[in-house]
Amino acid sequence: MTVGRDTLIDLWTRMVRIRRFEDRVATVAANNEADGFLHTYSGQEAVACGVLPPLRDEDWFTSTYRNHGHAIARNIPLDGLAGEVYGKANGVCRGKGGSMHVADQDYGMIGGMGIVAGGLPIATGVAYGYKYLGKDNVSAAFFGDGAVHQGAWHESLDFAALFECPVIFVCENNLYAESTYIEYHLNAESISAMAAPYGIPAVQVDGMDVLAVRDAMEEAIDRGRSGGGPSLIEAMTYRYGGQYEGDNQLYKPAKEEAWWREQDPLLRFRATVEGIIDSAELDAIDEQAAADVAAAFDIAIAAPWPDVSELTTDVYAPIA
Amino acid sequence: MTRTLNIKDALNEALRQEMEADSRIVLMGEDIAGGAGRDDINPDGTDCWGGVFGVTKDLLGQFGRDRVVDTAIAETGFVGAAIGASLVGMRPIVEIMFADFIGTSFDQLLNHAAKLRYMYGGKVSVPIVVRTVTGAGFRAGAEHSQTLYSLYTHVPGLKVVAPSTARDAKGLMLSAIRDPNPVIFMEHKRLYLLDDDVPEEPYTIPFGVARIAREGKDVTIVGVQKMVHTALDAAKLLAEEGIEAEVIDPRTYSPLDEDTILGSVEKTGRLVIVDESHPRCSLPTDISALVADKGFASLRSPIKMVTGPHTPIPFSPPLEDAFIPDAGQIVEAVKSQFEMARS
Repeated sequence: MTVGRDTLIDLWTRMVRIRRFEDRVATVAANNEADGFLHTYSGQEAVACGVLPPLRDEDWFTSTYRNHGHAIARNIPLDGLAGEVYGKANGVCRGKGGSMHVADQDYGMIGGMGIVAGGLPIATGVAYGYKYLGKDNVSAAFFGDGAVHQGAWHESLDFAALFECPVIFVCENNLYAESTYIEYHLNAESISAMAAPYGIPAVQVDGMDVLAVRDAMEEAIDRGRSGGGPSLIEAMTYRYGGQYEGDNQLYKPAKEEAWWREQDPLLRFRATVEGIIDSAELDAIDEQAAADVAAAFDIAIAAPWPDVSELTTDVYAPIA
Repeated sequence: MTRTLNIKDALNEALRQEMEADSRIVLMGEDIAGGAGRDDINPDGTDCWGGVFGVTKDLLGQFGRDRVVDTAIAETGFVGAAIGASLVGMRPIVEIMFADFIGTSFDQLLNHAAKLRYMYGGKVSVPIVVRTVTGAGFRAGAEHSQTLYSLYTHVPGLKVVAPSTARDAKGLMLSAIRDPNPVIFMEHKRLYLLDDDVPEEPYTIPFGVARIAREGKDVTIVGVQKMVHTALDAAKLLAEEGIEAEVIDPRTYSPLDEDTILGSVEKTGRLVIVDESHPRCSLPTDISALVADKGFASLRSPIKMVTGPHTPIPFSPPLEDAFIPDAGQIVEAVKSQFEMARS
């Protein structure tokens, strides 16, 4: 294994922090403790944690409405994230964005986009900017399998390929576009195959294996930084929750979910590191993650609401 | 026979009745049935969602997947396909899940649906209905809460409908389906569960005819969709102070019933327009201009607009609540008119 022990511990820490955070979000939703649409990331942890840690802090990325995992994988503080879920003043967007629009550019996270495929052109433009400015940064754009039908998706791949932009398109293929199964909505043999006509190197990886995702990402990053242009990664994964919390999920066969839960990214990781990291140590990190999440929600719940005067601030940037 | 139905169920009934009567109608949209590709676990044709808000619930079971079509997330594709199908005799009804998502299909509406008949010499028409969901107050954030009424109303060739009651919703939907032009049919997400007496048999309500929701002699309040109900709340408060407000629901914004608004202002001499949208280039500015132009002699005080601010819609509950006009703001606007009367 080329990944060192410290890195493994770090990846595990990020993954369990996501899982415990989303466990809490599911409870919050079930108890109607917060308003709005909540889209949880449980099941997909290996994608965020394979993709984001190999990037530099200055490598920016776009996210989707299913973005809590991306924020946590980038080490955005949990209290600010929990605050945003409630719309509190301590939220990372001071409550104005909400769960669907989590952002903190100080951590490279441009933000969660509520419009499917809305982030791809923007991440492409970020990469275009890096190249123009002579920086060796790369950008990334997360999207789901449902996004490939949007014009914005195709136009982004086209632009990125033509102008050799160092952007990494990351598909979180969880088999469902909202309630619609992929075999119904996709006629192409795979999403990675759809990159070929644009001349973009693409790979399909096991999205439940954080190290497999990481390998693919490192290759894509090397390509981008060395002037090789865009890449596409299709990570095969599964969401345990609904499209949003409260979704009846009548479209998911029980056997299918059971099969994917056997591939759970946390279970898979434990198996991978057996003999390298003691399971008690992994348990302790998991317990610490649960405690950190509880503390973060305590802070968010106690935090004040934003002042009503904030309604009209930040519409326009001031002229310097 | 008349029963109590909410707006969601009234729309569902309108779609069902018209689909039974006209086999040219198909529904298209994202998750309007739900569970597409999973008929193996729902073999009896039951839908999983029936749309996010349940407006198209159970239509799959009656009409099948040939007529209740779950599309990919591809608004340009399915809105454009609806336009094309309408040209050759079909009557497609498409759903844009949230009005905010219209951006991804707007070219097809703005440059094609609205203009084909005019620029191609009047031989063809585009009889489609685009159903979409408007409105703040659902804690849905900046990209799932807009109304955007004026965006469509600005475009010649589109008709724009925004009902506020279940009776109007059903009657206007049947008119929309039978209309030979592209109709944007806007449903407010926070009105879906509002009950009203709704006739069971099919009936139409013509476009361009406003509804007087409350009669009064002292001030005319025009409400836009959900704000009709807020205006009615304000009218009750004003009545306690001896001010009788007339509340008008235009129901359709293209065409707009100018005569009812002008006639009411002629009677009352005062006009307040209430809309939860942003204030600039909006329905209130449009209606203000109408009355300033054609009803100026009737006005006894300045026209007042009560709207959301010129900001995106925030997620945070107290901020979103502050965004949406309330009855108190309407009452204040009306009172200010009595303080600013001209001789």
